[in-house]
Amino acid sequence: MVRLITHNLLACHVKGCNTNNFPLEFRDVQIELREAEFNPEFLKGFMPKIEWKALVDAARQLGDTSLPLEQPEMLDDDFLKNLHHVLLEIHVEEGIMTCPNCKHDYPVLNGIPNMLLAEHEIG
Amino acid sequence: MSRPELQAPPEIYYGDTEAKKYTQNTRNQQIQANMTYRVLELLNLPPDEPAFLLDIGCGSGLSGEILDEEGYIWTGVDIAPSMLEVALEREVEGDLFLQDIGQGFGFRPGSFDGAISISVLQWLLNAETSHPTSSPPHRLNRFFTTLHSALRNPSRAVFQFYPSSDDQIQLITSTAQKAGFGGGIVVDYPNSKKAKKVFLCLFVGGGGTQQQVPTGLQGEEEDDSRVRFERRRDRERGKTKKGKRKSVKDRDWILKKKELYRKRGKEDVPLDSKYTGRRRKAVF
Ligand SMILES: C[S@@+](CC[C@H](N)C(=O)[O-])C[C@H]1O[C@@H](n2cnc3c(N)ncnc32)[C@H](O)[C@@H]1O
Ligand SMILES: [Zn+2]
Repeated sequence: MVRLITHNLLACHVKGCNTNNFPLEFRDVQIELREAEFNPEFLKGFMPKIEWKALVDAARQLGDTSLPLEQPEMLDDDFLKNLHHVLLEIHVEEGIMTCPNCKHDYPVLNGIPNMLLAEHEIG
Repeated sequence: MSRPELQAPPEIYYGDTEAKKYTQNTRNQQIQANMTYRVLELLNLPPDEPAFLLDIGCGSGLSGEILDEEGYIWTGVDIAPSMLEVALEREVEGDLFLQDIGQGFGFRPGSFDGAISISVLQWLLNAETSHPTSSPPHRLNRFFTTLHSALRNPSRAVFQFYPSSDDQIQLITSTAQKAGFGGGIVVDYPNSKKAKKVFLCLFVGGGGTQQQVPTGLQGEEEDDSRVRFERRRDRERGKTKKGKRKSVKDRDWILKKKELYRKRGKEDVPLDSKYTGRRRKAVF
């Protein structure tokens, strides 16, 4: 059940991996679409937290091209609906998330990313 | 019987059998729900502003289901695969992560509007190996430091936990403080052996003056608190705040959800059965 809302917040937390450690890259992913309740107020409040380019790239990689390359200033309903879908309705069920810097693999199994580190990777 | 955290590591203690037992026990459900309500009260989020929360040690989703019910969007982390598997079966709405909080978080700065944690923190007080990164002070430090950065400014993180000594409380509060948190300990019903509850109420930002440590509830009676929360729960259930989901994921609810999935052409929706949750492959 990792969705792009959390993927967009997630950087690598391996010891000493502090730069270029976001966003984690998806590989071999399987997705599921599941409807979620549309909440425009939540989305507006969440907008400032988003790393826009990372979100657009991830969405495109998962086959959704509905978001504009530039974060829009005007938040009309169409845009918010697309954003809602991308953030909250696309679930990555299986696959791997790889750190662009240290190349640590975080496997996603049954929707749950495994964030456990080996002893030598703990900060 | 000694306390669970002294018996085995969490991911072993909460194996398949215990995870099911823990989750199905109605008395336990009630206790965890009441404490979640109290923690949300202490979290004191701005009203009518949808929030994105972190549930630390979310387990099988007993606390998360209250967050769903209250309309929060949330992410949960837990170290026990069996607990997370039960959470999947119960179809909680939050994103789940298999994570050891003592190893710290990788969430970007300011990710969450608040964090809750119900009955978890005492698990960080026991070392499992002799490796330096597994000493309780090291793990607490890593945990609080990365949590502090993952929370937005201003915000709060509120924990209900079961300390077994004043030294433990001291270690926890001083480590949190060093990580940049303000706040302190809140004790409800301090004079009641049964109803006493300990909360760690942490603040990010806001200075010492703007965020006051709340006062604990007084009195003796456990029933007092139960009645209070049950009434509140009933009230909350009654009102359909923002067209909220149904609180209990009963058969009707699941059937409706399955129907929804079928309509959207999802292939692998299992046939309806006695079993409440959606079937999953074995996790992990
Ligand atoms: C008593 S249960 C509480 C679960 C849930 N919060 C509730 O209210 O029902 C304690 C949970 O803490 C989790 N836990 C213990 N140590 C942990 C750690 N180091 N990292 C993440 N989760 C941990 C356990 O796996 C277990 O699910
Ligand atoms: Zn890395």
